[in-house]
Amino acid sequence: MSIRLITIMKKEFARFFGDKRMVFSTVLLPGLMIYVLYSFMGSAMADQFLTAADHVYEIHTVNLPDSLAQLKSQQDLAVTETDLADVESLKSQIEAQETELLVIFPEGFDEKVAAYDSLTSQEAAPQVEIYYNSVFTESGTAYDTICGVLEQYETSMANKFDVNADAEKRYDMATERDMTGQFFSMLLPMLLMSFLFSACLSIAPESIAGEKERGTIATLLVTPVKRSELAAGKILSLSVIGLLGGVSSFVGTMLAIPKMLGGATGGMDAGVYGGMDYVMTLLVILSTVLVIIGVISILSGVAKSVKEAGALATPLMIIVMVVGVTSMFGDGAPSATYLYLIPFYNSVQCLNGIFSFSALPVNLAVTIGCNIVYTMVMAAVLAKIFDSEKIMYI
Amino acid sequence: MEEMLKAQELSKTFKLSKKQQKLEKTTAKTKTAVDRLSFCAYRGEVFGLLGPNGAGKTTTLRMLATLIRPDAGDAVIEGSSIITDPNGVRSKIAFLTSELKLEEFFTPDYLFDFFSELHGVAPAERDERKRRLFDRFGVSDFAGVKVANLSTGMKQKVSLVISMVHDPQTIIFDEPTNGLDVITARVVTDFLQELKAEGRTIIVSTHIFSLIEKICDRVGIIVSGKMAVCDTLENLTAEKSLEDKFFDIYAEMEGKVL
Repeated sequence: MSIRLITIMKKEFARFFGDKRMVFSTVLLPGLMIYVLYSFMGSAMADQFLTAADHVYEIHTVNLPDSLAQLKSQQDLAVTETDLADVESLKSQIEAQETELLVIFPEGFDEKVAAYDSLTSQEAAPQVEIYYNSVFTESGTAYDTICGVLEQYETSMANKFDVNADAEKRYDMATERDMTGQFFSMLLPMLLMSFLFSACLSIAPESIAGEKERGTIATLLVTPVKRSELAAGKILSLSVIGLLGGVSSFVGTMLAIPKMLGGATGGMDAGVYGGMDYVMTLLVILSTVLVIIGVISILSGVAKSVKEAGALATPLMIIVMVVGVTSMFGDGAPSATYLYLIPFYNSVQCLNGIFSFSALPVNLAVTIGCNIVYTMVMAAVLAKIFDSEKIMYI
Repeated sequence: MEEMLKAQELSKTFKLSKKQQKLEKTTAKTKTAVDRLSFCAYRGEVFGLLGPNGAGKTTTLRMLATLIRPDAGDAVIEGSSIITDPNGVRSKIAFLTSELKLEEFFTPDYLFDFFSELHGVAPAERDERKRRLFDRFGVSDFAGVKVANLSTGMKQKVSLVISMVHDPQTIIFDEPTNGLDVITARVVTDFLQELKAEGRTIIVSTHIFSLIEKICDRVGIIVSGKMAVCDTLENLTAEKSLEDKFFDIYAEMEGKVL
């Protein structure tokens, strides 16, 4: 590396790290925000779908059969027997979320059930009607509880066989590693791409379009610094800073995801990934950051102002997000190597592969190699832009 | 006399947009900003380009400073061609204009070191030069203050100092006193005279007659991109004042009397 290139990089770092507010808002804040936000979302979602452990459900029944009289003695249920005359008023109470559940059994339920033969009967089976309100969390839970009790009752009458009845056994052969892999490989590539893009977008236009707008880049252009050194110095230093922002968001996400999921999915843990996985991830995102910075730098070089650079980069951001979503579809990362020549798509699918433990080394190498080549081409384009009087001085 | 700068038949044409065509009241698609301009500057002299706004002064200086390329012609500065060796030119000249700014976030001290590194100045030489120039311009007390927090006058002084990091022998200065208060303008003109006394070559552009009369040895009068007259200040002002002389030439060139 030439001395001038290093000088340019040192200046970019001095500019960035010398500004505490910029460091805070670009590097620390994104990770912190994501951690706080996702953790909050996790606990808010848990609150939304859970009811207090000691809640007693208000249940009204019509024609409660003797065979289910045990419901009345269940501690978490307050069963009130009522008759058909009250049905309409109870329904409106459920609608208004004033009471929780109404169960209507047909008259003579036990006898009818005993007499009914599903193979020979011409009539419909006896029907239990349960009125509930799915928006009202307590009502929804009461509905699930009663359905469970009724299903158990039905099963107990004509049990021919069971499926997966042994509570002690593990039937789902997917390991915790596989489950975590599947979940993370769907979600993380898209999140990472958008974190990286927004980190880059917060620094590159300022450094290139901003310097152009303020007239400070022309001061550099009358020194003997080569345009290629200036372009490479800018792209490399901005990439390092962009990477820091992206990594901060990534760390925030990895720490917050277990919190976000709460206990719901059980045992999903970023701990299943080893050092090698993180090294691969870091290499892929570093090469991706180079490409993103390269593209945004070119747009910023062409733009007349920081504002215009931001506007030009917005469609690109949408493309990157859409490409990020591709990891959610299809059957894991594709193995055809030529697909890894496509910028952005290659990064998303590499991350997809890494997080699902199926990354092929050749595809990783192609991705990283291609991204470096693309960046070099873009650095050459940026150097041309710096040399173009039409673009630089209007 | 040693020839430090020689401009030969420099030409520059700009494309006009529809909007510019309307403003200029013309249907021509292009505008010739500089038209086969030739002149030279010798060691230890101040050469002034005098002309009204839009005459092509800034375009000429930008070509000399290698920020834009001429469509035709060439200029050689201290042996380096602006066409074939722009980086050689950049390492030899100082180019000053109000359009070139310093990054406001940094201190004069940092910027001096930064530009010294870009010019490949050795640290010992840099430190000695920095101390001397900072003292000379009273920048020393503000060496650690961000440019953003300096007064306009001090910013101008810092720009002057920074442009001298590599001890250039040729200084190109576009509108040196434009927008400056009387005190700062005086600092600038004193500085230019000092540089001249040190044997450096200075090319300035201006439309201010008094500035030319005060500092220039030779003057080139540009009208509509063409060199109307190029002579010593002495010869030009032999019969009448520079101002009257200029308007005579202007009327002759443009074919109208003001």
